[in-house]
This record gives sequence, C-alpha cells and structure tokens, in this order.
Amino acid sequence: MQTRPLRITAYTLCSAAGDGRAATLAALRERRTGLTRNDFGASPISTWIGRVAGLETQPLPAEFANWDCRNNRLAWRGLTTDRFIDAARAARDRYGAHRVAVVMGTSTSSIGASEEAYARLDADGRYPADLRRPIIHTPHSLGDFVQYALGLTGLSVTVATACSSSAKVFAQAERLIRTGLADAAVVGGVDSLCGSVLFGFNSLELVSPEPCRPFDVERRGINLGEAAGFALLEKQAPRGEWLLGYGESNDAHHMSTPHPEGVGARLALSDALARAGLQPADIDYINLHGTASQKNDEVEAKLVADLFPATTCASSTKGWTGHTLGAAGIVEAAISLIALEHQLLPGTLNLRVPDLACGPQIQRDNVQREASHALSFSFGFGGSNCVLVFGRDR
Amino acid sequence: MTLRVAIEGVSFWASRLPGWETARAVITGEQPPPEAASTRPSPTLLAPTERRRAPDTVAVALEVAARACEAAGRKPSDLPSVFASTHGDLAISDYMCSTLATTPALISPIKFHNSVHNAAAGYWSIGTGSLAPYTAISSYLYTFAEGLVEGATQVVCEQRPVLYVAFDIEAKGALATMASSRGLLGAALVLAPVSQARQHRSLMLTTESVGECHPTPARSAAAPLVADNALAPCLPFFEALASSQPRTLSLALGRQMALNVQVN
Repeated sequence: MQTRPLRITAYTLCSAAGDGRAATLAALRERRTGLTRNDFGASPISTWIGRVAGLETQPLPAEFANWDCRNNRLAWRGLTTDRFIDAARAARDRYGAHRVAVVMGTSTSSIGASEEAYARLDADGRYPADLRRPIIHTPHSLGDFVQYALGLTGLSVTVATACSSSAKVFAQAERLIRTGLADAAVVGGVDSLCGSVLFGFNSLELVSPEPCRPFDVERRGINLGEAAGFALLEKQAPRGEWLLGYGESNDAHHMSTPHPEGVGARLALSDALARAGLQPADIDYINLHGTASQKNDEVEAKLVADLFPATTCASSTKGWTGHTLGAAGIVEAAISLIALEHQLLPGTLNLRVPDLACGPQIQRDNVQREASHALSFSFGFGGSNCVLVFGRDR
Repeated sequence: MTLRVAIEGVSFWASRLPGWETARAVITGEQPPPEAASTRPSPTLLAPTERRRAPDTVAVALEVAARACEAAGRKPSDLPSVFASTHGDLAISDYMCSTLATTPALISPIKFHNSVHNAAAGYWSIGTGSLAPYTAISSYLYTFAEGLVEGATQVVCEQRPVLYVAFDIEAKGALATMASSRGLLGAALVLAPVSQARQHRSLMLTTESVGECHPTPARSAAAPLVADNALAPCLPFFEALASSQPRTLSLALGRQMALNVQVN
C-alpha cells in the first residue's frame, strides 16, 4: 500500500512565541523571541525558558476537572486556539465519533502533576487529595484528555519517543487512515515545563545559561520550552496544505547523543523524500531540529550541507520557542505550514557566526520567497528520527 | 475495517511464567504454575557492565523481544518495532519525583535519559544495531490492543514483518497508589504479511464501535499470576494463542471501541 497524501484541514500551535497562528507569524516576522529567564519552580537553575503565560491561573472547565494539570491546561489552550476545536468537532459530526482517531505525542505528559504530589505527600506518605486522579499520573493522560474533550470514541494513542514524538504522530495517523481504520485523525503534541526536564537536561550539561543560539559557533546548549499544537488530517478535502510524506528511522547509536554521521537522520530523510516523490532540489524550506546542543547542530548542519542545494533555505526556530521536546514535532510542523501559507521562511534567531559545518542553506535572516515544499526534522533521545514533508495548498 | 496478519513468533515472560513454553503449558493446564518466582531476565544484548544496572523495563522488554525474533527465525535488525507500555518505567518515575522533591540538583543523568518512554526501544535498537524505525506508545487500559493495531497496521501498510513488544513493571513508592502494577510482565510477537508467511498462524483484527466494551475475560490458571500487572489485559489474547484451535476474542481499544480478534 502506497503512502497517500493527506489534507491538513486545520492546525494550530501555542508556544512562548504566541498563542495561535497569527501571533506566531507576527513573532516570526518581527523576530520577537518568547524566551525569558528561567523562573520555573522553587529553585530555578540558571537558564532561559519558553514559558506559556497564564496556565497557573486557568484550570480546565469543570467538566474536565479529572484531567486538570499543567500539561492538559496547555492542551486545552491549544484546542481552543484558532477555532481548532470547532474544526475537530465538525470532523466528528461529518465522519462519526468513532471514525476520527487521536494520535498525540509527548515526552513527559503530565509527570509535573506527579512531581507536585511528591512535593506535597501527607504525613503517611500519600498523595494529597486533590491529586488522587490516576489518569494524570500515566503517559496517556494527554491522549485520553484530548479524545474526551473532543467527544471522540475511536482509536486513541499517546506516542512517547522523546523529541520525535509529535512528528511521528503524522506517520501513525497516515497509516490508520490508509488502512481504513479511521477517516480522519487529530494529531498533535503537548509538553509542559516540569522539574524532570529542567533538572534532567541540566544533569546532562545540555542546558544553556543564555538564550539558545542554534548553529552558532559559540552555542552553549538548549533552552527548554513548553507548547501545544494540533493538526486535523483528512483523506479528502477541498482545501488545506498537504502532508506529502514522512520518514522514520533510528540511530542505533546512543541513548542521549546523535550518531556522529547522522546515519539514522539520513535514512529518515531519504524515506520521507521517496514517499513524497521529491528530490532534495524540490525542497524550499527545512525547519531543522536545531536544538543548539553541540552535537545535534554539528551533525544536522553537515547533513544539510551534504545533501541539499544552496537554493534550499534551512533554519531552526528554537530561538523563538525553546526546545519544546515532545511538542517540538507539531510546533515545527505548524511553523513549516505557516511558512508555506505566507511564503515567509523564518531565519534563525540568535545566530551570529555560523558553525563551520554550516553550508549556505542555513539562514540567519527571514526570507520572503515563493515556496512549495517544506521539511521538518525531529530527532530524539534513544536515537529516534522523523522527517515530515509538507506541500503548499494548490 | 479488518487487518489480516501472520504470527511468526510469540514470546511471554512474567515472574511466575518465565517463557512462552511455561506460560502456554500453565494456560492449557498441562502443568501447574511454578512454585517460586523467577529472577528477572538478563538483557544479554547489552554490554556486561550495563546488564546489571539496566532498568526492569529494559530487562523484560529485551528478553521478550529477543525470544520472539528467535521463534520467528528473523534477524532482529531487519524488523521495525512497536513498543507499548501502560505506565513506562514506574521505578524511575518514582526516583525522579522523589529526588526532585528533596535534592533536585542531584538527579542522575543516566536515570534521566532512561526515564524516556522509549528507553527500552532505544536500548533494543542499539543492542541489535537496528536502524529500522521503532515507536513507543501508551494508551492506559487499552495499551496492549492499541499496540497490536499499530503493529498490524505497519505490517499491512509496509508489507514487511514487524516486532511488537508490550511490557509493564512493578510500581514503586507513592506513585503505586495511582498507577498500580505488580511484578514484571512482557510479551512480544513477530507479525508478518500473510502472503509471505509459511504455514503460520494468522490474525484477523476488526475494530467495532460499541455502546460499552465487554472484553473477553482471562480464564486460565495463568490469570491470577499476572492479574495485578498493568498489562494484564493482554492475557486473554495469549490464552487464545495457547490453544491449537481457531479462537475468537474481544479486546478493549477504548471505552466504546472493541478489537475483535480471530486467531486462526
């Protein structure tokens, strides 16, 4: 069975750079970062973060109280932005609640709620009463909430392959639609700031004390961020950008370091291009993984320099959003779609002097030009790689 | 919608049912359950220094993954894989949460990178040198059935064999009151396109929208041995596989979605 292009009939994103497509586009155009000094938690480490404002004071509506936690609040913020929830509910009414699948990506889901419970255990070592809700202490918290909030009853899965999670959801959803197990799918991802990732990445010495500088010769590591994003995939629709292909692979190399020659990344890329029936020269824009870690950017810059012509523009948008981990796939998919829709190819914020490995493809400044095809790269811990191919609506 | 796939290899491991041969004999009543629990399997794919400190999730997942490939006569590095776990590494989650509550700056970098849901899949790909894609999923009470659908979907779409691995481990600390799971339980299948399979057993998987799911209950003497593990909903499937006769059963894919399984 051949991969079939799917229409993306609705999409949205919420990150530190802004709530929704218009705010994100404005931040991209104006080169306005969402990164701020880390003020998360009781004893913040010295770094910068991409924090979404207001989540602390916005509990979920009463009907969803069982799922209330920072990660699901951020999911709800995303669902209610750009009228995404209306599009998803319309798809439910059109196809039937059981025919619309939910495939969500996350790395830590709502572990922040479990962290909070451990900080407030009672004298007998038990969870505080307000957090005794099993669903928010398991990885599928996200997929279960999104499915319930949209009134869907079909397949519902949470993919957790670290930083490739919400890119791989496009591949899984395409397969479900191709085999006829679903007519449409709500894909997306949500990850929220929590102690696990701030102190965890800090323990690996991957966190930058200053705003992250992807592909810069003096980059000092990543900034963590939080975000939500969603897309509605349909087999047939009169309008919408296209999901043309995807490629998945892994490095078989190391749990927290990419393969030095990017062997897995190259495989994912060639698989994605083959499924889309495109050549490297057909690609106008690449939204790179570009975390600003030493290793990732070096490997990725070399891969792009080796395989793409100078006419392909490539950039990392982590300087706007931070690294949103399990949400990075959907956030950068959405930014790639915005790039195609508005013919605005974002550059790389905070990039001053490019690493020696960078070819002419990697852009510092925004570029306004005709663009038909975009790629989005996502690479994660455990060596998991995913490349997505998008096409402009025409 | 129906998916049809062949089963080339089966494996199973629980503390009181160490291996598919034992599990099958207990399920069919040919042998009583072993008196004592077995020690956890050793992940021999890993370097000797890494074996002892490997998390339980990795130990049980790698054991069943390797045995299923052996049973299928397939080279592990050729197979894409689907790893499914309800709660992931509950012991590391307990460690992360308690360390963050007391001494956050002392988080172990190794424990942190082992805390990702795809740690077992990552170690499997490193140990086997497999560049073929893996995924790692969770679907709470419906994890086993959703993973089976994803594995079968990949087989049908890509027309190549796929390794499916499911596992859950014992919960630790306060988290155990919210995500309850006891003992170790792992199971794996090598699924393949029907056309390529030689005289293998096959599965017909059909999804059905229902008012309320009534999954087939576990009935065998194996049931009480794994009932308190989060992956226990997988047992009726393996009870059907243990029989040499064609069987049908129903697994829950959601509150209102059933997976009807015909084992031929």
